Amino acid sequence: MTEPLKRPKRKDPLKKTREPLLPLKTRSRTALGLTAAAAEGRFALQVCANCGKVMYPPRDACPRCLSPRIPFQDVANGGALLAETTIRTSIDVYFRERMPWRVGVVKLDCGPSIVTHLHGDAREGERVKMEFKLDRSGQAVAIALPEKDTPNMADDPEWRELTCNPKFRRILVTDGRNAVGQAMAKALSDAQASIVFVGIADPWKPFPGEEALRKIGRVEIVPLDVTDSVSVDDIAGEIGGRVDIVINTAEHVRAGGIVERKGLTVAREEMDIRYFGLMRLAQAFGPMLRARGADGVNSAAAFVNLLSIHALMNLPAYGAFSATEAACLSASQSLRAELRPGGVKVVNMFFGPLETEWYQTMPPPKVTPAALANATVDALRRGLEDVFVGDIAEDIRARLAVNPKAVERELGS
Amino acid sequence: MADGFRKSYDGVAVAVPVTVPYRRYSINSAHWWIGRAVHEVVTRAGLTPSDIDGLSLSSFTVGPDTAIGLTQHLGLSPRWLDHIPLGGASGVVALRRAARAVQCGDADFIVCVAADTNHVDSFRNMLTTFSRFAQDAVYPYGSGGPNAGFALITRHYMNRYGATREDFGKICVAQRANSLHFPFALMKKPLSLEEYLSARPISDPIHLYDCVMPCAGAEAFLVCREDAARSLDLAAVHILGTIERHNAFPDDPIQFRGGWAMDIDELYAVAGITPEDVDFLQTYDDYPVICMMQIEDLGFCRKGEGAEFIRAHTLTADGSFPHNVSGGQLSVGQAGAAGGYLGLVEALRQLTGATLGAKVPEARVGLVSGFGMITYDRGLASGAVLLAEADR
Repeated sequence: MTEPLKRPKRKDPLKKTREPLLPLKTRSRTALGLTAAAAEGRFALQVCANCGKVMYPPRDACPRCLSPRIPFQDVANGGALLAETTIRTSIDVYFRERMPWRVGVVKLDCGPSIVTHLHGDAREGERVKMEFKLDRSGQAVAIALPEKDTPNMADDPEWRELTCNPKFRRILVTDGRNAVGQAMAKALSDAQASIVFVGIADPWKPFPGEEALRKIGRVEIVPLDVTDSVSVDDIAGEIGGRVDIVINTAEHVRAGGIVERKGLTVAREEMDIRYFGLMRLAQAFGPMLRARGADGVNSAAAFVNLLSIHALMNLPAYGAFSATEAACLSASQSLRAELRPGGVKVVNMFFGPLETEWYQTMPPPKVTPAALANATVDALRRGLEDVFVGDIAEDIRARLAVNPKAVERELGS
Repeated sequence: MADGFRKSYDGVAVAVPVTVPYRRYSINSAHWWIGRAVHEVVTRAGLTPSDIDGLSLSSFTVGPDTAIGLTQHLGLSPRWLDHIPLGGASGVVALRRAARAVQCGDADFIVCVAADTNHVDSFRNMLTTFSRFAQDAVYPYGSGGPNAGFALITRHYMNRYGATREDFGKICVAQRANSLHFPFALMKKPLSLEEYLSARPISDPIHLYDCVMPCAGAEAFLVCREDAARSLDLAAVHILGTIERHNAFPDDPIQFRGGWAMDIDELYAVAGITPEDVDFLQTYDDYPVICMMQIEDLGFCRKGEGAEFIRAHTLTADGSFPHNVSGGQLSVGQAGAAGGYLGLVEALRQLTGATLGAKVPEARVGLVSGFGMITYDRGLASGAVLLAEADR
C-alpha cells in the first residue's frame, strides 16, 4: 500500500535548496530507441524481423539468428517479478541521497528478463506491468507497476520521481483569457495542484469565462502579458521561486499563407506572442525551474508547450502560423537540453484543430479545450515528453513516420 | 569426453606463485603493480627479463594500455602475448591458454599476471564504464553496483532452493578463519556467525560480510615446460584438465547455474578422477551464493543441494571440505582482475608446499574455478582447472 503523499509544508527559507543531481545519462545510440518509446509512453523493445526474438538490453544483432534487422516495436508489457532487492548504499551521488531504492528482475511474457525500478506496490512473485519512463537525466528507464492499480499509487516516491504529477505542485498557466487556459486551470485544480497561477494580460479588461475562472478552487489570477518582457520578469520575480510547472497557453491563431497574407504585421504578432513569448517565459522562469529540480515533494518538474501539430509539417491554409509553431518547436528542443541539468522535463503537446473560433473553417474531428487540458494533466502524471492529442494530430504523426513528403504534398493540395 | 577430443597438458609445468601484498588503496598505477609481480616471478624463477618470451595480462585499471603497451613499459620482447579481460575467470583462462602455447612450443617462459590498482573513486569510475549493457540497463537502476545484481541472484536462489543467510554465513566465517593465518589478508579480525548475521544490509539480502573489499594488488605465476622447471629447480604443478565456457544457459530468466554445469563431466573424465579425489576447492567468491553455485555445478552435490552440503561440512583448511583456504577475496580483498587469480595462485602454493598461511593436510589435488564479468544480469565467463602436485 502506498503511503498517501502529505501536502508539503511551507519551505524554511533558511534551509539550503538541494541542488539537482542526475542519474547516469550515458547510453549507447541503440538504447535511445527506448528513450524514443518512453517519451511517448510506449513499451517498445527490439524484435527480430527475421526470427521474431524479443530482446533486451538493446543490441545490434539478434542473439538467436544474428540478423541485423531488429527494429523497436511495441510489445506486451506483462511479466512476473522474479526477485527484488532494496539497495541501501549506492556509489552514485544521485541515488545516494534517495536511498533506499528498490529494484528487481522481471521475466517479461514476451521473452527477456529486465532489471527494473520497482513501484512500492510491485511484489516479488506477483504479476507486474512494465513501463518505460524518462528519468531525471532524460533517458529511458523501466519501472514495474502492480498489475492492477492500487490506492494512491501515483504517490509512490520512485514513481513520482519519474513523473511530473501536478498533485501538490504550484503551476503557472500563462494565459487565462482563452478557452484552453481556462480549461487548463480547471483540469489542474481537479488534479490537486496546490496553486494554479493564471496569467491575465491587462486584468482590468473583462473577458469571456472570467467569472467561472475566478471560481475555480486554488486559482490565483496574476498579471502577465507574454509580449511584455517587463511584465514577464515582474511576475517571475514575484512567484518564480515557487512555480513548479509552467504551462504556456498563450495562442495566436490566424489563417493565411506566406504569400496570401500580405505584409508582416500579423506574422510579427504571431512571433511576438508565440515564439518570443516562449523565449521570455523560458528566460524568466527557466533558471529558477532548473535550480529547483530536486527541491523535495514539490520540486520543479516541467515546462509545457502547446504546439499545433503543424509545427511538424506546414498546413499552407495556416502557413505563417505553422511556421511560427515550427519555430516554437525548435526552441523547445533547445529548452529541453537547457533545463535537463535540473531534471526538469519540457513537455510538447501536439494538438490538431481546436474546437474554438480561430479554427472555425476547419472540418472535424477537432479537439475541445477540455480534452487538450486533460491530455496535458495525463501527460504530466505519466511523465511523457511528446504527446499527440486528437485524431488529426495522431493521423499526421503516423503519416510522417511513413512518408513525410507525401504529407507535405497532401496538406498543400 | 575421454575419447581424446581434448589433449592432455602433459609436459607443462605451472610454478612460482606470486602474490604482491594487497593494499586497501594505492596511489600507484596498475603498471607499478604489474611490474612488481613480473619482477618477483623472474627473480624467484632464477631467470632474467630477456628469458620471458610470453606474457598474459589481466587488468581493469591498466587503461588506456593493454598487454602490448606493457611489453615496452616493462622492456620485454615476448613472442607470445595475451590480454584477458575476463575478470574472475582470468586466472583459469590465462593458465589454459599459456599451457597450450608452451606445450606447442610457441613460447618457453610465460608470465601470467593479473593486477589492479585501487585509487579512491576508481571503483565508481570502473562501474560506470564496465560494459555497454551495464551502462544502458543496470547502472541507471539505483547504481548499487555488483551488490545489487548479486542481491537479485542471491534472493532468487534462496527462494528457489531454500538456502538461508546462515548457510552463506558459514562460507564467509570459514574463509575468515582461513585468512587469519594468511599474512597478506586485509581482514585481520575473526568473524562470528552472529556478527555476519547482524551486519548492516547493503542490498537485501546482501549484507556487509557478503561483499568483497575492493583493493589494490597483484597475482602472478609462471608457465613453462616441465623439463625447464626441473632444470631451474622449481617446484611445479601439473594440469589434469581445464574447462571454459561463456554465456552459458542464456535463456535462464535469472542466473542459478554457471557454465561449469555444461562441461563438468568432461573435466573429470579428461583428468581421470572424480570429485571425491579433490583435496581442496578454490571457488571464485565475489559473493557466497556464487561459491554455493560452484560447489553444485562442479559436481560436489546436486543442483539445489549446496546449502545442505555446506551444513554437512566444515570448510576451513583443516576441515572436511577445505574451501578458499587463504581466505578468498571475501577476507583477503578483491584486487580487481587479480581476484580472478587469487584462488589459483593459492592452489599453486598449496600443491608446491609453499603455503604462507593455513595448509591443507596432504593436499595432492586442487580444483580451482573462475567466474566473471557480470555485464548485465549474470556472470558470463566461467572456467575451472584441476591441478595436481608434480610428483603425482
